[in-house]
Amino acid sequence: MTVVHENLEATDAKMSARDVSVFYGDKKAIDEVSIEIPTKYVTAFIGPSGCGKSTFLRTLNRMNDTIPSARVEGEITLDGEDIYRSKMDVVQLRARVGMVFQKPNPFPKSIYENIAYGPKIHGLAEGKDELDAIVERSLKRAGLWEEVKDRLQDSGTALSGGQQQRLCIARAIAVDPEVILMDEPCSALDPIATAKIEELIAELNGRYAIVIVTHSMQQAARVSQRTAFFHLGKMVEYGRTSDIFTNPLEQRTQDYITGRYG
Amino acid sequence: MSPTILLLLALGLGLAGWLAARARAWTLRRESADGRLSSLPTYHAWYVALWIVLPLLAFVALWSAIAPGLISQAVLSSPAAADLPAFGFQRQTILNEARAVATGAAPAVFNPQARDLVEPFRDALSYYNTIGIVVTLLIAFLAGTWAFLRLKPDFAARTRVERIVMAILLAASLVAILTTIGILASLIFETVRFFGMVSPIDFLFGTHWGPDPMANPDNPDASRYGAIPLFWGTLFIGAIIAMIVAIPLGLMSAIYLTQYANPRVRSWVKPALEILAGVPTVVYGYFAALTIAPAIRDLAIDLGASNPSSESALAAGLVMGVMIIPFVSSMADDSIAAVPQSMRDGSLAMGATTNETIRRVLVPAALPGIVAGVMLAISRAIGETMIVVMAASTAANLSGNPLESMTTVTVQIVAMLTGEGSFDHPATLSAFALGFVLFMVTLGLNFVALRVVKRYREAYE
Repeated sequence: MTVVHENLEATDAKMSARDVSVFYGDKKAIDEVSIEIPTKYVTAFIGPSGCGKSTFLRTLNRMNDTIPSARVEGEITLDGEDIYRSKMDVVQLRARVGMVFQKPNPFPKSIYENIAYGPKIHGLAEGKDELDAIVERSLKRAGLWEEVKDRLQDSGTALSGGQQQRLCIARAIAVDPEVILMDEPCSALDPIATAKIEELIAELNGRYAIVIVTHSMQQAARVSQRTAFFHLGKMVEYGRTSDIFTNPLEQRTQDYITGRYG
Repeated sequence: MSPTILLLLALGLGLAGWLAARARAWTLRRESADGRLSSLPTYHAWYVALWIVLPLLAFVALWSAIAPGLISQAVLSSPAAADLPAFGFQRQTILNEARAVATGAAPAVFNPQARDLVEPFRDALSYYNTIGIVVTLLIAFLAGTWAFLRLKPDFAARTRVERIVMAILLAASLVAILTTIGILASLIFETVRFFGMVSPIDFLFGTHWGPDPMANPDNPDASRYGAIPLFWGTLFIGAIIAMIVAIPLGLMSAIYLTQYANPRVRSWVKPALEILAGVPTVVYGYFAALTIAPAIRDLAIDLGASNPSSESALAAGLVMGVMIIPFVSSMADDSIAAVPQSMRDGSLAMGATTNETIRRVLVPAALPGIVAGVMLAISRAIGETMIVVMAASTAANLSGNPLESMTTVTVQIVAMLTGEGSFDHPATLSAFALGFVLFMVTLGLNFVALRVVKRYREAYE
């Protein structure tokens, strides 16, 4: 059973999961996880490899739908609406809950087209001027504008790894999501690029509800206000980041953060 | 020397060398100080055996290339050959006849001149055969002995065998390349002969095609050798009509198979498509000539054409398009599947539908591969013969109307070579010039397509 710290002040939950289990075929990858994702904070999911944190993250915008054998039980809500109900428009859901992946995956198009992709398919911009404005705003928010403003027509794949990842964040921001899910966004980046992404997360905090999966405990400690520790498909402990790292209530959490395994 | 005997000889000598070398290696091993050789005895055995068999076969190949020339020379210098006709073609016929009788392939001769040559032929044959056998044996013996004498306890037979095997493999791969070069050389040779009679300008830019195999070969009417209508027919049927059918259908089936079909459907549909690629083109030819062409003629009548051709470009092109679908489909399938899953995820996570993802991300990313597949398909379509021979006509026609009959380069090659024309006639030689043009075009298409594919592969690695 999950240990939830009692000193958490009540916040409005952007998303909440109740008793969520995920199966791959017969294998249970996630076992009855319940959690509230606050609007104003960065929430970090930590845990050893294969603990299910990425799997759980992908249930939040139904990216698991692309895996034929995956099945989700339980209830996940976004602003109180069940996102797994049959009437839910997955396309709309993913526009509201954006995602950034482990490996930067810009489309093999120009920088401009990478950002404009989402606004175009969702019809967010009327005319070229509006689209230009969205592209500029998104790149500025992602801290990439100064570096690329003179070469918007260059291919997105020609950027460095860290720039590509910020381009992907800008791409996600461009459709004005409410939640941004980040699946180990820095694992393919060098320390300097990682620092930039972490800065960016701090700047985006408050404007979007952010959930970040990370392998690095230092990163979780640096960027998040809430931390959930996953182990073997279960959520072991959830609380303020400072409490989880300084005063964990569970032995397994203690063992993990002190580096005894994982 | 008959091939069977030669083969047995080579095997026998090789086996003898193998056994002798192995025995020698065992002896060396027993006598060596530490009871070890640098290579196992079997490697010594193989080393000697290969040194016997390979020089033997190499000499036999060389000998069979030069012996016929030597034999003819000997026969021609005999007194009986003095009054042979000087003209190359008749002379060759007589010689061939004499040879057939001398080797026992034919019972008797018809030409009295050939009869006198049988005896000299027999003599020359047996003389050179004896020389051949003696030299063959000598070479095998010398090479084998040389190899045998090299066997020592510290002789690295293992690495030597490795090197010989590599050389054999290299030779095997060279065969295909050398054959291609040989084909090209013979094409060029005949093409140059043709261009000596008809100027390349008339050939490449003339708009009237109608070679007359009965006309005087010494003074060909160059205005009848304009190949533009053939090039146009080939392009129209193979690169336009066929591609209008094959590109959309192939691309759509590839998209369906990679993106929508569940594994069970895919496991049925994909092999079925591949069967389409395995159907002999003759069968497509029947289908085009007997089913599609009449249907199109009826359609043309319904549309108000007064006297439509029963052999339309449309019929050949449509069926060729169907034939090409598997090529386009499998190349497109490969290149769409090669687009990383992360691209697809990235697009879906932006809230794009599967369809939008395919149109805006997957197909653009896979485009180089798809283009290369289409180019390979075109090169295959314009080189295709059977369907157009059966369904298109032989009438050269420079027209944009798909219901009219048209002819292609391949059809004309067949038509020019299967007539009764002599090989010195420009009408026959024009087939080589056409073949040369076709070869260069398909070579160019394949080259560019492979380059595109290669660059594209590098982009994702």
